[in-house]
Amino acid sequence: MTGNATHAIRQHPQFATLVKRRSTLAWTLAALTLGTYYLYMLVVALAPATLHQALHSGGVLSVGVPVGAAIIVFTWALTGYYVYRANTEFDRLTATILQESQP
Amino acid sequence: MMRPLATLLALSASPLAMAGPAMAGAVEKQPLNVAAIGMFMVFVVLTLGITYWASRRTRSASDFYTAGGDITGFQNGLAIAGDYMSAATLLGLSSMVFAKGYDGFIYTVGFFVGWPIITFLMAERLRNLGRFTFADIASYRLDQNKIRTFAAFGSLTVVSFYLIVQMVGAGQLIQLLFGLDYPVAVVVVGVVMMAYVIFGGMIATTWVQIIKAVLLLAGGTTLAFMAMSRFGFSYETLAREAITVHKDGLGMMGPGSMLADPVNVASMSLGLVFGIAGLPHILMRFFTVPNAKEARKSVFYATGFIGFFFLVVCTLGFAAVVIIGKDPQYFVNGELGGKLVGGGNMVAMHLAKAVGGNLFLGFLSAVAFATILAVVAGLALAGASAISHDLYATVIKKGKADEKSELKVSRIAAVAIGVLAIVLGILFEKQNVAFLVGLTFGVAASTNFPILILSMYWKDLTTRGALLGGFSGLISAVTLVILSKAVWVTVLGNETAIFPYEHPALFSMPLAFAVSIVVSLLDRSAAAATERARFDDQFVRAQTGHGAAGAHNH
Repeated sequence: MTGNATHAIRQHPQFATLVKRRSTLAWTLAALTLGTYYLYMLVVALAPATLHQALHSGGVLSVGVPVGAAIIVFTWALTGYYVYRANTEFDRLTATILQESQP
Repeated sequence: MMRPLATLLALSASPLAMAGPAMAGAVEKQPLNVAAIGMFMVFVVLTLGITYWASRRTRSASDFYTAGGDITGFQNGLAIAGDYMSAATLLGLSSMVFAKGYDGFIYTVGFFVGWPIITFLMAERLRNLGRFTFADIASYRLDQNKIRTFAAFGSLTVVSFYLIVQMVGAGQLIQLLFGLDYPVAVVVVGVVMMAYVIFGGMIATTWVQIIKAVLLLAGGTTLAFMAMSRFGFSYETLAREAITVHKDGLGMMGPGSMLADPVNVASMSLGLVFGIAGLPHILMRFFTVPNAKEARKSVFYATGFIGFFFLVVCTLGFAAVVIIGKDPQYFVNGELGGKLVGGGNMVAMHLAKAVGGNLFLGFLSAVAFATILAVVAGLALAGASAISHDLYATVIKKGKADEKSELKVSRIAAVAIGVLAIVLGILFEKQNVAFLVGLTFGVAASTNFPILILSMYWKDLTTRGALLGGFSGLISAVTLVILSKAVWVTVLGNETAIFPYEHPALFSMPLAFAVSIVVSLLDRSAAAATERARFDDQFVRAQTGHGAAGAHNH
């Protein structure tokens, strides 16, 4: 019976830990991604000169170019971190829970 | 994919919007490009060969809809990236940077940030809860008939609008790059697409997507490498030359016209970020991997490829400011800074010719065409599965359809969708289809996405709430697009638009959420109580994959 197994999983002491750890991580990273992006958009809208200044003194390439690229690289790195944690820690925890919940 | 770019073009009130491949407008037919057609033929023959191979492995419904769940995370990552990176991304974003400098880059970042969000909040839940279509998830614990019918309807709406955009874009792009007639181009795209889907199902569609992604990544990177070699691979050297050529001078290096309308930009980015998460053919890709682990890996790879490709494309636009901007042969009548030959979206193509000669231009044109084919195949497959799996097998046959007849229905549906796409593509040739892009994303972000995310995350969602919320999102998105400039003024010929923005998501998406939540909370019916009680079961499966549809073994 799936219903029984589901109930056993739910009651497993580690289940709550898994749920809590995963959702804390996922929502933190999502907030960090959206926070970074909308902070960038705020700077674009309210303080565009910040992004316009030269990267090197005397140069013309603006600070905004590496900043934009950094947002892409940084948020991608966050996905890497999430996938790493999920595929090792969370999956191990899940395997333990599923194994120990078998009737 | 064509959508981000076309949305961008639809939203930016720039002259680019008129010249985009997805837009109507004067597109001059070019002389027949033999090299491009030759290379495209090689692609078609190769992919039809793969389709033949795939057809012999496509036996069950699971093979047809999800390639038997046998695709690895890396392969699926490439295929997802292939779904998202299109001819229009290559052409449109590079043109955007070429014309607007740093502003083009700001748009590009906006097209990217939806992907990490999908990784964190959706990828593994989609895999754990779904089997063939996203309606599987939306209707998991709600009323099968009502929610599935509505979700299938939402899928088909998005698929049809988007197919029209793609077909019109294909016809115009091919006319431009290959020198073929518009109807010929549309029929070729439609027929090859049907062959992929009907015979090869998801296996063929996935491989077409992977090959095209590799070609696009390789072509774009090679082009960027060749272009940057002219500047000693220094962005500073490039920037110094660029500001002497660009009409905005030093102004091109910082934010400019983006400041004009922040509400429109916010609405656009909202629609883009969450619209992606409501597109049935993108969601379907998550069911092709064996488990949640591979689903996570696929978005990680996809996000990396997309991010890399976007940076490459911006480099192309930036380098083109100098290389194309100084060369009169790429401007109409040789007027530097005037109109570009072939329209404003041809920047990457001109750059290919400038640094790689005619052969490289031919290669890139062939890749652009291949890209459109792959995208329409994905759309047709998503539409066919909504008809056969959701409407036929689950709603009409109450889950009692045998696999053989379900597969037959899906193939008939694919033919119908293909024929419809060809007919609509030809009918809409002279229409300005920009509004359809707004509509596609508006409906995806305001109808499919709210129902999907609430059903996955919110215990109290009920059938009544999901239906009313979905309908309010659908109706408000469609109404706002009709009242916006793209339809009210451009299509219907009124003086001024009633809705001042181009994209409805900022208004229609919160409305869909609000209605779903309020109606669900007020729902005191017995059915609602059962639906809430079933959340626990769904929650355990979402978290652990317990009971999730497994990979199909051959």
